[in-house]
Amino acid sequence: MGISEADLIALWTTLKLAVVSTLALLVLCTPLAWWLARTRSPYKVVVEALVALPLVLPPTVMGFYLLVLLGPHGAVGRFFEALGLGHLAFTFTGLVIGSMLFSLPFVVQPLQNAFAIAGGRVLEVAATLRASPLDRFFTLVLPLAQRGFLTASVLSFAHTLGEFGMILMIGGNIPGRTQVASIAIYNHVEAMDYSSAHGLSLILVASSFILLISVFTLNRRFKVVNLA
Amino acid sequence: MLNLDFKIDRGEFSLAAQLELPSQGVTALFGRSGSGKTTLLRCIAGLEKTAQGSLSFDGETWQTERFFLPLHQRPIGYVFQEASLFPHLKVLANLTYGYRRIPKEQRKLQPEEVIKLLGIEELLGRYPDELSGGQRQRVAIGRALLTSPQLLLMDEPMASLDATSKAEILPFLEKLRDQLELPIIYVSHAIEEVTRLADHLVLLEAGKVIAEGELQDLLTDPSLPFIQTETASTVLRAVVKQPDTGDGLTELKLGNQALFISKTSVSAGQPVRVRVMARDLVLALTPPTETSLLNCLTAWVLDIQPDPNPSQALVRIEVADQILLARVSKRSVENLKLKERQLVYALIKGVALG
Repeated sequence: MGISEADLIALWTTLKLAVVSTLALLVLCTPLAWWLARTRSPYKVVVEALVALPLVLPPTVMGFYLLVLLGPHGAVGRFFEALGLGHLAFTFTGLVIGSMLFSLPFVVQPLQNAFAIAGGRVLEVAATLRASPLDRFFTLVLPLAQRGFLTASVLSFAHTLGEFGMILMIGGNIPGRTQVASIAIYNHVEAMDYSSAHGLSLILVASSFILLISVFTLNRRFKVVNLA
Repeated sequence: MLNLDFKIDRGEFSLAAQLELPSQGVTALFGRSGSGKTTLLRCIAGLEKTAQGSLSFDGETWQTERFFLPLHQRPIGYVFQEASLFPHLKVLANLTYGYRRIPKEQRKLQPEEVIKLLGIEELLGRYPDELSGGQRQRVAIGRALLTSPQLLLMDEPMASLDATSKAEILPFLEKLRDQLELPIIYVSHAIEEVTRLADHLVLLEAGKVIAEGELQDLLTDPSLPFIQTETASTVLRAVVKQPDTGDGLTELKLGNQALFISKTSVSAGQPVRVRVMARDLVLALTPPTETSLLNCLTAWVLDIQPDPNPSQALVRIEVADQILLARVSKRSVENLKLKERQLVYALIKGVALG
C-alpha cells in the first residue's frame, strides 16, 4: 500500500473540486431554491424537472455534452476563448462547472424543502415587526433553514468526491491538473497496481466516514426547531 | 381616524367594506368564521396584496389604487391567532426583534416596561417551545407592543388558547386598553371577549359590514342579532364614587344613582364599565324594601322586544341615558302591565366589572 506524490495531488484536486463546487452551488442555488419554494409560476414544474435532470441522466451523457459545449468549438468554449481565457475542456474550471451541474439537484432540493417550511407565517410576523424582505431572509430564513444548508453541503461534497464518469469525459485525467482521486484509483487498477488503489480507496473511505461523523455530531448540536 | 375602503373578490369569497373607525379605544371586528373579519384586518396591515381600495390612518395614506405602503413600513403591531414566535430565538430576542428595528426616537415603550406589564420576567431566557400557550401569546403581544405601534391589530389572540390561558391573557388586554393610549382593532367571534374589551363594534357577515357603532348601542339594538342570544347583555359606563365602602364593596355612580360591586382596586373618579346580563335583571313596579339585592336602579321602559324563547320577552329600559336589557317572562309583562315610558325599578342580580 503506497501513496505517491501524484496520488496526493489527485486527492488535493478532489478536495479542492468538492469545496469549490459546493460553495459555488450554495451561492447560486439559494436564490433558485427560494424562488422554487415561493413561486406560483406555471414554469415552476419545468425548472424543477431541469434541476432534477442530472439525477436520471447517465454521467457520461452529461459529460459528453459538456465536453462539446466547453471545448474549443462549443458555444461556451468559444466565448471564453474570445475573452482570451481559453476554452474550458480539460481544465479545473471545466471540472467545477461539470460537478456543479452534476450535484445541482442535491443542493436545490434540500434548500427548497427547507425554505418551504421556513417561509410561512414567521415571515409575515417579521414584516409586521418592520423587517425588510432582505432582513427577513437573513435573520429568519437562513437560520431556520440551517439543516437544509447542512444537508445540501454534505450531499454535494460527497457526491463530488465520488464523481467519475462525467469527470473522465470532460478531461479529469491530466495528472497534477485535473486528475481526481476516483480516476487515479481507476488508473491504478488498470495498471494492476492494487496496492496504490488500496491506499487511495482507504483514504476516501476514512475521510467520508469522518465527514459524516462530524456532520451528525454537528446536527445534534443544532437547536431542534419546530415550525408549526 | 382610520378610513378604509376595500374590495376583494376571490370567487367563492368576496369582501367589500367601507369604514371610518375611531383612532382610540378598542374596535372589535365581530362576526362568524368566514365573515371576512380576519381578511379585513389583514387588509389594514397590508398582508393582503390582492386587496383593491384605499386606506389612511390619522391623515397618512397607506394605500390607494396606485400606492401601497409596504407592510414593514406601517406603524402597526400585529398579534396573530397563533403566537408564531421565532423558534430559533429566545424570548428576549423575540421581544426585541421589532424594537431593534425602529429608530431610537420612536421607541416609546421600553422592554423593561412591557416585560413587567405582561409579567414575563421569568421567561426571558427560554425558547418558545418551552412555553405554555398563554405565555407564548403574552410574548407575542409584548413583541408587537415593543415596536411602539400607532395602531395595534389583534386577530383572535385568544382563540387558540384553553380557558385557563384565556383567563390569563384577558386581564393583560384590559390593562393594555386602559394604560396605553393605543388604538386597538380586535378580531373576535366570541361575544364575551367583545363585551369585555371593545368600545366600538363592527359587525360583519359574508364579507359585508352589517352594523357599526358604539358597543352599547349595538348590543341593545333590536334590529341586530345580539339581543336575540341566550347571553344577551349590556355594558354600562359608570364612575367610581367610593373605592372602598368599608364592608368589602366599591360604590359606583350611574347618573345620580348608586351601583355596588365587590371591592376592586380602582380610584375615586375613575370611569369604569360594568356588564349586566339580560337574565340577571328583575323588574318591579314599586321599590322593593326588604330584599337581599343591593342594586336597584330607577329606570324607564323604552320598549318590549320578542325573545327567541316564546315564554320570554326582552324589555329595554333606560337608566341615566344608557340602555339596559331585562329578560322577563311574557306573563310578568302582562301581570305588571308593562308599557313604554313606564317607570320601573330594575333589580340587578349580578354586575361584573370590565
